[in-house]
Amino acid sequence: MSRLGKITRRSLLAGVVAVAGGAAFGVYQIRKPVANPLDPGAGATLNPYVIIDQQGIAIIVPRAEMGQGVHTTLAALVAEELDADWTTIRVLHGPPAAAYYNAALAHGALPVADYRMRDWQRSLTAGIGAATKLLGLQVTGGSTSTVDAYERMRLAGATAREMLKSVAAERLGISAATLNTRDGRVIAPDGQEIDYRDLAEAAATRAVPRVALRPPAEWRLLGRSLPRSDMQAKVTGQAQYSTDIVLPGLKFATVRMVPYLGGGMAGFNAAPALALPGVEQVLDLGTGIAVIARNTFAAIKGAEAVEIDWTPSDLPPDTAAMFDQIARAFDEAPNSRMRDQGKPDDITGQLDAEYSVPFLAHATMEPMGATAWLQDGHLTLWVGNQAPREHLKVAAAAAGLAEDAVTLHTPFLGGGFGRRVETDVTWQAARIASLVPGTPIRLTWSREEDMRHDFYRPAAIARMRGAVEDGRATLFDAQIAAPSVTRAAIGRLTGRALGGPDKGHVEGAFDQPYAIPNYRVAGHLADLDVPIGFWRAVGNSFNGFFHESFIDELAHAAGRDPLAFRLDHVGPESPVAAGVLEAVRAVSDWDTPLPETTARGVAMTWSFGTPTAVVIELKREARQIRIARAFIACDPGRVLDPAIVRSQMESGLIYGLSAALSGEITFTDGRADQGNFPEYDGLRMFNTPRIEVAILQNNPHMGGVGEPGTPPAMPALANALFALTGQRVRSLPLIHHADFIL
Amino acid sequence: MTTRITVNDQSYETDATPDTPLLWVLRDELGLTGTKFGCGVASCGACTVHVAGEAVRSCQVRLGDLWGDVTTIEGLADTPLAALQSAWMRYQVAQCGYCQSGQIMQAAALLSENPAPDDPEIDAAMGGNLCRCGTYSAIRAAIQDAATDMARGGGAG
Ligand code: FES
Ligand code: FES
Repeated sequence: MSRLGKITRRSLLAGVVAVAGGAAFGVYQIRKPVANPLDPGAGATLNPYVIIDQQGIAIIVPRAEMGQGVHTTLAALVAEELDADWTTIRVLHGPPAAAYYNAALAHGALPVADYRMRDWQRSLTAGIGAATKLLGLQVTGGSTSTVDAYERMRLAGATAREMLKSVAAERLGISAATLNTRDGRVIAPDGQEIDYRDLAEAAATRAVPRVALRPPAEWRLLGRSLPRSDMQAKVTGQAQYSTDIVLPGLKFATVRMVPYLGGGMAGFNAAPALALPGVEQVLDLGTGIAVIARNTFAAIKGAEAVEIDWTPSDLPPDTAAMFDQIARAFDEAPNSRMRDQGKPDDITGQLDAEYSVPFLAHATMEPMGATAWLQDGHLTLWVGNQAPREHLKVAAAAAGLAEDAVTLHTPFLGGGFGRRVETDVTWQAARIASLVPGTPIRLTWSREEDMRHDFYRPAAIARMRGAVEDGRATLFDAQIAAPSVTRAAIGRLTGRALGGPDKGHVEGAFDQPYAIPNYRVAGHLADLDVPIGFWRAVGNSFNGFFHESFIDELAHAAGRDPLAFRLDHVGPESPVAAGVLEAVRAVSDWDTPLPETTARGVAMTWSFGTPTAVVIELKREARQIRIARAFIACDPGRVLDPAIVRSQMESGLIYGLSAALSGEITFTDGRADQGNFPEYDGLRMFNTPRIEVAILQNNPHMGGVGEPGTPPAMPALANALFALTGQRVRSLPLIHHADFIL
Repeated sequence: MTTRITVNDQSYETDATPDTPLLWVLRDELGLTGTKFGCGVASCGACTVHVAGEAVRSCQVRLGDLWGDVTTIEGLADTPLAALQSAWMRYQVAQCGYCQSGQIMQAAALLSENPAPDDPEIDAAMGGNLCRCGTYSAIRAAIQDAATDMARGGGAG
């Protein structure tokens, strides 16, 4: 059987589906070296995305489903061309494999603002994209999944369809050109139908033909809001996450790692834990302990009972000292000046402002967890993750096994937001399983463990200088200091130290489509070792706030309406971005005056290829402030599933508003002060605004949708607060400055 | 010590200690993993199930204190649960889905007490259920739709 067949059978050990006599397409090509990595036509057919077995059609989606609807949209790309019946297909997460590299990740590699990229630069990044294949980064992140899969997965469907047709044509003794396909069947001119299942085995041995993709006008699935492939499982409690795997003889584990980040463990006394009912073992994990018990409750109680002698963290003693450390980066030469227009030093600033934002936790709804089982020298792992090949490597190392002695499954993710790129829980699960060979273990972190061992969104400081003249901005000069997420996270992921200008550090500030004659953005990298990582929208999540708050200050300084002011500066740079501002002006009724108890704020950020504008409307209720309404306009270019785009925009907005309103991680002696939702909450139904989303499709290039809603939400909220109260808030979260309904 | 409990009309025996929260009895001892763990301190609602028809945070109910039959998301079938599940499908509510068992169980308890809740009543009932994916608009719409559906005598899905 083919290599894919083998991988897939193993990946299905969870008992979801059994592939019997299945045929996998693309098997032969995957073994061949790629002749010309720059040829997207040939490159796209190399990947195994389709299995047809006696149960029907399974589509392999090699990206993590963490809520963003990627299983649905990516499967629809294949199903569209394959003429599969949407109601009967199965969608499976692909195994870790180099074939599933994410080429679109390289899109951001050039030091150029997305909105300004020229065609030759786009083809260059396509070339770099193909080169990432060598690295084999199978990452779900950067709002890239759809962009990456758009052509590849449609081609996978189209070539499979033609291979099936060619077998049918031979059997019927007629030309393939006369055959139609529909709902998983080949249909002959005389009405005779052959099920794909009866053709698959033979079709898999055919050469991969060259086929043209269908024009969008002929699409039947794409461009429509489809029933999500994961919905039924998720509303009936059947969807399986990392800690829902039931195995014979399963034991339950939790960990308690050093909470003083960067510190260690000098020793521990397990006796008090072992005296508790249900606690079976306490294991040494080096910088913490794991407890194995008959259930998770006993494990958590046991972990609390272990007496541990921690060694201290060498981080600054409190949050104020950390901010001082970040501010010290301003004294050093900047790492980047990715925007440097005009002569900013010759302009006297009229406005000087310092902004700051705190560390943030991801707080995925599902705390970190994994299930692992070492059986006869083979480790099987179930862990929701955003980078399966890296997780597999880490698991192998943790268990002391070769990589081919590890099978890794990616079940549903109970939220990712960038957190599940990180391999820490995978390392722990693999290590624990290797210490109790033969016994499957389910590792569940407590919420406190999760919140105190995150890879945080870094705190950041911005120093801004600006000037206006005749109603226009003449100077926008920003210096941004923070520890580098790019260096920390990419370093962990690839094991390579990155040098050079750090684009991720200034994204959302240097790359915004404003025409300002003296426009400079300098990035300063701070030397602070708090663990940091990708957090929804990454650098845009703080730079969007800095940039768009300060643009608002400039608008008010110029005595202008903040939306009209933006349009004046954005229009000449980018009609696409101006379009989202116009759209949000229309849907929010921006030009209609509001009663005194109500006020609006606006912001726009171009991130992940998608300009997104947000208007927030605040309302005084008694002595509190309600976030009453929110309006979003985005332009991700061609939209494949409008309902998923809308829900991602709402999701990104709420994630951003939650952070801006109350999100804050502070540290004492290197330990996060917040441990659970009462101290680190998100918006709830009663304080979530009524949301309207306008989706435009004028952008000539496809952008992402999972993250772009987050950055503009935060400044739009702060700008609305200014409009309502006259108070300019330059540091988040807002609850320190105003009385919102919480 | 063995405790006998009824979950989704099925009877189970468990020798978990009486102080074990129902959440972990369901998930770990009985293998009913549809009920989720989010916080363990009654602040997220992911673990919501019904005990004797009432919505409770199963992370806060000790096995030894259980006062009635338990219904979980796997219990399906009865109105208003079924009406809600089909409304959830129509409105395509779930994103990551992790909070949704709790949301649906909470909404089901709301509708059995109040078959036609207005917005403030929905807000009040659902405020304890966190959704980090931000599916609240869709949840509200689905609850209203399920209520309408039940009023028309639908609800079996
Ligand atoms: S786990 Fe019970 S309320 Fe959060
Ligand atoms: S759907 Fe993800 S937390 Fe609610």
